This record gives sequence, structure tokens and C-alpha cells, in this order.
Amino acid sequence: MTQMNMVQAINDALRIAMRKDERVVVMGEDVGKVGGVFRVTSGLYDEFGDARVVDTPLSEGGIIGAAVGMALYGMIPVPEIQFSDFIWPAYDQIVSEVAKYRYRSGGEYTSKMVIRTPVGGGIRGGHYHSQHPEAQFIHVAGLKVVCPSNPYDAKGMLLASIADPDPVLFFEPKRVYRAAKGDVPEGEYTVPLESAAVVREGQHVTVIAYGAMLYEALDAAQKAAEQGIETEVVDLRTLWPVDIETIIASVKKTGRLIIVHEAPKTCGFGSELVSLVCEKAFYHLEAPPVRVTGYDTPFPYTLEMEYLPLSHRILPAILDTARAV
Amino acid sequence: MTSAAHESMFTASVHDDDVVRVLGTDGTLDARNDPGLSPEEVVHLYRHMVLTRLVDDRLVTLQRQGRIGFHIGSLGEEAAIIGSAYALRKQDWLFPCYREFGAALLRGMPLERYLDNMFGNANDPVKGRQMPDHYTCKAAQFGSVSSPIGTQITQAVGFAWAAKIQKQDLVALTYFGEGATSSNEFHNGLNFAGVFKTPTVFICRNNGWAISVPTERQTASRTFAEKGIAYGVPSVRVDGNDLFAVIAVTRDAIRRASAGEGSTLIEAITYRMGGHSTSDDPTRYRDKSLLDPWADRDPLARIKRYLDKQGWFTDAEEQKLRTEIDARLRDLVEASEKTPPPSLESMFEDVYAEQPWHLREQCAELLAGPRAPSAHH
Ligand SMILES: Cc1ncc(C[n+]2csc(CCOP(=O)(O)OP(=O)(O)O)c2C)c(N)n1
Repeated sequence: MTQMNMVQAINDALRIAMRKDERVVVMGEDVGKVGGVFRVTSGLYDEFGDARVVDTPLSEGGIIGAAVGMALYGMIPVPEIQFSDFIWPAYDQIVSEVAKYRYRSGGEYTSKMVIRTPVGGGIRGGHYHSQHPEAQFIHVAGLKVVCPSNPYDAKGMLLASIADPDPVLFFEPKRVYRAAKGDVPEGEYTVPLESAAVVREGQHVTVIAYGAMLYEALDAAQKAAEQGIETEVVDLRTLWPVDIETIIASVKKTGRLIIVHEAPKTCGFGSELVSLVCEKAFYHLEAPPVRVTGYDTPFPYTLEMEYLPLSHRILPAILDTARAV
Repeated sequence: MTSAAHESMFTASVHDDDVVRVLGTDGTLDARNDPGLSPEEVVHLYRHMVLTRLVDDRLVTLQRQGRIGFHIGSLGEEAAIIGSAYALRKQDWLFPCYREFGAALLRGMPLERYLDNMFGNANDPVKGRQMPDHYTCKAAQFGSVSSPIGTQITQAVGFAWAAKIQKQDLVALTYFGEGATSSNEFHNGLNFAGVFKTPTVFICRNNGWAISVPTERQTASRTFAEKGIAYGVPSVRVDGNDLFAVIAVTRDAIRRASAGEGSTLIEAITYRMGGHSTSDDPTRYRDKSLLDPWADRDPLARIKRYLDKQGWFTDAEEQKLRTEIDARLRDLVEASEKTPPPSLESMFEDVYAEQPWHLREQCAELLAGPRAPSAHH
């Protein structure tokens, strides 16, 4: 075990995957010599060289389109999109091609790849360095979407994603890239995709969160406990396909549900989770499900801490929901 | 400018050595493409370049002190930016990238408002919604800065095209780095401009770097200018650290556009003397010695040598100018820093022309709820 932050853990996973399988290539803007603008690919260029750690021209469509071709050939591309806010020039390739290759070719081809990209706000990034666009990808059939919250999961889930037969969007919560630290085993291990984690047990109310907001949910849960409310906090880890069993089990236990995400409320992932819970556990609900999310505005700069669904907004939601009759 | 000179500047193929240059590094002028600026004009532009550089300096310091969140500057690229903006006529418009605050100020954006944007305060033209250096100034016919690379290029084409359809004599000039020539938008923009002969001027600031990625990773072409030729857009390479040459080629491109001859791609060869932004540490990927040849070509020093030769601007005047700018910046920064943040309500405004029910509801919810513990300002 070594203490690592998320940047180091993801870097470690990439190194292990690249040592093990020479088909794994890292490509993107500034991923080479400089090791990525967040230093996640640091040192890989020195170890694996220019052919496997590739600084590309400035074109996300080019990066993902070329990665599709490499995948069809049999390589395992792990492209980086520098900020998820800049993924849109590649959206056509991701939605029309990456997601549909297996289906449209009758299972003959796949464009298996792991697209890594930092997500989320709270770093003074304004509109274009803060968004959390999971909903736009979950909605597309054929993509898996992962968003770990800590170094252990980040490493294990990145290795699981690289081993997975399907294309994965691997969202890295950049606000806690360095702040989230923890013990990480040396060498290879995987954390299975599609497995949520109950990170705090409680019987009064369930809070579902992921990525950087998990820490806000935990903070609020701690404060609620001081007022006698026991909150169960579920870290989804994989957003899609979601671990529905863990969610339903928790809701059946508490009867009360709060979903936290940074992305805007309308058509956010919370909407889907509420629907699923209503479909599968409606008669167990004792209070209306609540979404604590970003607002339906573009991501602001100066007021970003007011925009984000931080602990100060989650706590009242927990108290209200737990006390609702 | 004579038409013979015009032909020599826009060629059917662009070679490495076809770089338009007027001002020698020693401060002498080549008469062939001299834009014929008056002494007052040169002094005015030099003063503006000094202002731009001192603003850059100050903003880097403020970022280092944690007083602003970010700055992306134009150190070394002042002539390419200010020369091209100066060539514009009153009716022309600018579609910026993110390094062109010098152009915005030259075209009339108040320095106060620019600094307000750096602090994201209540007087910020974009109401604290975007990062520093992402501002707008419609009064100066200056577009809205956006981070996603290249998006302004096609928009400048559409703006110019609209003016052409409406038979208005105006030109839309757009800036981008050489990295942006790899984006979809560059290719769409040049193609549409070529097909519809739009009055657009494309200024590619070839500053050598897209963050840590050098030019040879953006293209295998010998030049960026020759990409225009493939789209039927005449192209020219210019010494981007030569204010006079930049003005001359931009004026020529505007003249062509105005005469119905369509767009021009200008590759301004310059160098990013600083980091990409305050978030970047260039020592990780760029050997310091690479800067050496460019120190000599510093756009400000070159004009100063010319001014010295002409005796138009003394060292004492320069000293006075710097002292004045310093004092002015101190006052304006203090005022901007003291200005409160935008109101909470402002977060929900301008999403739509009229606020729909759900935003009214969310705004009320925010106002009624507890305040965030760690607002930045
Ligand atoms: C679509 C998109 N991808 C990535 C980025 C991140 N990014 C910001 S600036 C930059 C480099 C731009 O280089 P260049 O176009 O040469 O302009 P310069 O900064 O050198 O002026 C990158 C990759 C972005 N802003 N937009």
C-alpha cells in the first residue's frame, strides 16, 4: 500500500496497463512531455516513448476518430480529452460511431476505448472548465460511464475499464484530483464496474452522490448525524450501467432518497435515478425524492460555490427529507 | 499601397521565405511595404503596446498573489495583435481568441471593464460568469471570448457573409493560434469563406506553441498560410513582431475584402514569450534557449529602436509613460478589487431573454437557502 492522490493513482493504472499490454496507447493534447495539464500522464512519455504516448494536433474529433480506427485495428486507445468541456467536437464520433459500432456491425466490430477526461467545478474554471456532462453520454446507448471519487477506485476502475470489452467514458473529478488521498495497493487490481459502494451506513435517508460531490454528501451526513439523522451515503462509482440493486436496497431500508450532482437539474442523471426508484421501489418511499444539483444555468465563475450542490445545500435537504411525514 | 506590392504579398503558393517584413530589427524601415504611419500614429501605437505589456505584467503578479484566478497574456505577440486591430476601419468587427485584450482596449474597451472582468465583479461586462480574460465589448465591435478553440473562426465568416448579403461594407477579422488550425472550425471557416467569398480576415497568430505542443505537431505543411490556398483563400506570411508589416498586410486584406475579392489568411509569425497562461509552467517542455533568437525581435524593442532613430519618443517620455500607467493600474485594480461580486439573482439572468418558471423557482430557492461557506470573493 502506498498513499496516493487521484492523479498518482490514475497515472499508476495507466503505467501498469501500458507495461502489461503494448496495444494500450495514450493520446491527446499535451499528454506527452508535459504529462497532461493536470500531470495525469506524467512520466509515461519517458517510459513508453512518442509512439505510445502521443501529443496530437488540437482536434478532439481527430483524436477520437483516429482512436476508433486504432480500436478497429485492435489497439486499445486511452485518449484524453483535456477538459470534458472540450469533448463536443468529438461528440459526433462518440455518439454516432464509438457508441454504435458493436450494434451496427452486428457485433462484428467494436470501438472499445477508454476516454479519460476531467470533469466538474470548484476550480475557478468558469463555463468551459467546470461542466459535468454525464447525462449527455449516459443517454447514448452503448457507452459506459464511470466516475470514481477516490484513488483506490480510480486505479481499480481505470484498469477495469481498460479490460472492459466496451467503450468507457472515464470521468475524473478534478476538484479532488489532489485532495482525495488514500491507500492504494501496488500492482494490478480491478474494482468491478457496475458496483456502487455504500460508504456510510444509516437508516433515515439515502444520499446518492459521485465524484467530488461525494465528499460534500459525507460532510452533510456527518452534520446531520449531530442532529440525530443517520444518513446512508452511496457512492455510485459507475454511473452507467448503474448498480441498481445497491440503490434499491438502500431506498428500501431508508424510504427516503436524495440525489446530488453538479450537473444541471433538468434531464440530469438524478431525473433518471428518481424514475428508476419510482418504478422499482415506489411503495417503499416515505417522502418525495429530492435532487440537489447545479442550477439550470451555464456554469458561472464568481458564484460557482453558490452554484454547486455543496454540503450547505445537502444538509437542509437531508433534514427536511428525513423529517417529512 | 501599389498593386504591384499587393501582388507580391498574396501569392498563389506560400514559401518559407516569403515573409513580409518592413521594420528591421535594427529599427530601419523597408520602403516597399511601408504603411506610411505618421509619427503620432507610431507613438500612439507604441504607447499602447507598452500599456498592454504592463497590464500583462500586473495581471501575472495579481494571479501569483492569489488576487485574481487566471490570466492569459500576449507577451511577445503585441505587434501581431495591435497592428492588425489598428488596421481595421471603424465599421469593422473583431472575433477574438483569448489573447487579444490589447486589441479590445485599442478599439475602445475601457480598461476599467477589462480589469473588472479579471475580478469577475458586479461591473464585469460578462457579470462574473466567465473566467478572467473571457469578456466582451459590443460597443467596440469586439465579440465574446469563449474558451473552446476555433469556434470564433466560423462565426467571423458568418458575420462577414451576412454583411455581404446585406451589402454593408464591413470586414470581420478573427484571431486564433496556430493550434486552432487543427480544429474543425478552421477548416469549415476557410472553406465557407472561400466558397462564399466572404469579407473575412483570418489572423493566425503562429506563436510556436499550443500549450506544450510545438507547431510541427499541428501540421506537416511547411507553413500555416498555405492551408488557405487549398480553400481558395489568398494567404500571406508576415513577420508578426513587426508592427508596420502587420498593419500593411492587414490593410491590404481589408482592402481586398472591401472590394469584393473575399477573404485572406494571414499567418503572423511570432513567439509566445511567456507560459501559455498563468496555469502553465513552460520550463517543463521548452528549453529557455529557444527564447534567445526572439529576444532580439521583441516587438516593443524594435519600435523603440525605430523611434529612437527618428527621435520621436525620448527615454524620459517612456519613463513618464510607465510611471503613469503604473499609477493608473494601481488605482483601477484597487477599484475593481473592491467592487462587490455580482448579485445572486444575476446567475439566473440572461439564460433566456425572459426568465422561465423553473429559473424563477431555482433563484428563489437559492435566495432562501444558506450561503456557500467559501465564495471566492
Ligand atoms: C476545443 C478545445 N480543446 C482544447 C482546449 C484547451 N486549450 C486551451 S488553449 C489550447 C492551446 C491553443 O493553442 P493555439 O491555438 O496555438 O493558441 P495559443 O494559445 O498559442 O494562442 C488548448 C489545447 C480548448 N480550449 N478548446
